[in-house]
Amino acid sequence: MGTFVPASPEEILRPAKFWFVLLSIAAGLALNLVPLPQALMTYRPDFLALVLLYWCIQEPRFVGVGTAWLVGLVMDVGDATVFGQHALAYAVLAYGAEYFRRRVLRFPLWQQAVQVALLLALCSLIVLLVRFVGGATLPKWTYLAPALVGACLWPLVSVLLQSPQRPSRSRRRDGF
Amino acid sequence: MPADFFHRGPTPLTRLAIFGLLSLALLFADTRYRYLENVRQAVAIALYPAARALEMPGLAFAWVADYFGSKRRLADENAALRQELVARAPATMGYARVEEENARLRALLDVRTRDAATAIAVQVLYAGRDPFAQKVFIDKGTSAGVHAGAGVIDESGVVGQVTRVYPYMSEVTLITDRDQAVPVQVERNGARSVLFGNGTGRSPELRFTSPTADLRVGDRLLTSGLDGAYPPGLAVAEIIDVVRDTGQMFARIVCKPLAGIDHSRFLLVLAPSAQLPARPEEPAEPDAAKKPGRAKLRRAP
Repeated sequence: MGTFVPASPEEILRPAKFWFVLLSIAAGLALNLVPLPQALMTYRPDFLALVLLYWCIQEPRFVGVGTAWLVGLVMDVGDATVFGQHALAYAVLAYGAEYFRRRVLRFPLWQQAVQVALLLALCSLIVLLVRFVGGATLPKWTYLAPALVGACLWPLVSVLLQSPQRPSRSRRRDGF
Repeated sequence: MPADFFHRGPTPLTRLAIFGLLSLALLFADTRYRYLENVRQAVAIALYPAARALEMPGLAFAWVADYFGSKRRLADENAALRQELVARAPATMGYARVEEENARLRALLDVRTRDAATAIAVQVLYAGRDPFAQKVFIDKGTSAGVHAGAGVIDESGVVGQVTRVYPYMSEVTLITDRDQAVPVQVERNGARSVLFGNGTGRSPELRFTSPTADLRVGDRLLTSGLDGAYPPGLAVAEIIDVVRDTGQMFARIVCKPLAGIDHSRFLLVLAPSAQLPARPEEPAEPDAAKKPGRAKLRRAP
């Protein structure tokens, strides 16, 4: 576990296990709902969106627009928001991932993170749009802070979620 | 048309269109007609064990901190609590007498008695993530007798109101929420007003107050009990700023909630205290009569 390097695009990953995908989504949901002090709450990234984004890019046949939509519904209940708000945002997120997944993995991680920041910001803007229709006022700029924090976490999330699928052989080869 | 070698179902764009439309339909159905409360209840029940489990790290941390907390601190706390108990004793002892006296007077005046307020002690499970709403979730629901519309307080004042109940948990909208309103009365002179929440990060205000109203910085606001949701006399907020601009129609009166809105863990759900008499018919304006007896006031246009 010494190397903290993502798989290169040439590396062939093992297919992700179904239970691992499910577990990671559950973990993302849990991290979204765990109680935190109010000060941290403003900056808490949307972990669920990050995990969904990762699987949409890496395993588009497991996790796509439909799955993201369903998970969004669960999030709507957990958050006590209007039904369909997160569902819509996550579905658009999944579509965005589908759109750019073929090239994003070619970039180094920090450049991926920039693109992820844009997608996450788009996600929160959709939520904002839905809330505007419901009569919300313009929030402070910190409304977009979770998207930035989420993007900063992207390298960590993608390496973590990738680790079970990397063949043990390739890790040894990295050393040479 | 290319051969369909690998069958992968509809294209992502088609799926997005389908699910996008579904979301819009859901949004509409939920906001407009509230058809989906049953679905929400079902998912909430499924989420409940997870929500309880999520408390564990925080509880474990608090427990460990308590365990290693110094004996000295515990002793100090104990002493302080005892002192507070003694300090409140005269009020408590007097209360029983006043209650009895009050009952007799009310009987004399033939006024309906106020029910003895029964309350349910609850704990906050987690705060809502939604930055547009100020909500917390508490660990008791219909199974413990919590009703939607009940007032929620902590040791220093009103926290909010139960807005949605599930079997084992409920959602509390805080008084700082944008859609929340509390009928209040100034402690000093009894002037009535309504305290409106102003959303995340902004202080609640008394809206539609005339610039000449007798309100000062430092005035305490108590519930007036006019809505039937909160019993009268609970502390709500303190006025921290009064802006009187003669060019404006209303004074701007900024308040600070007295309760630990965003950090109290232990709360009390009050039972609706008294049955209000039925609201008289208002045939004049169809709009006003549409939602009778609604405790949650709408923001005026």
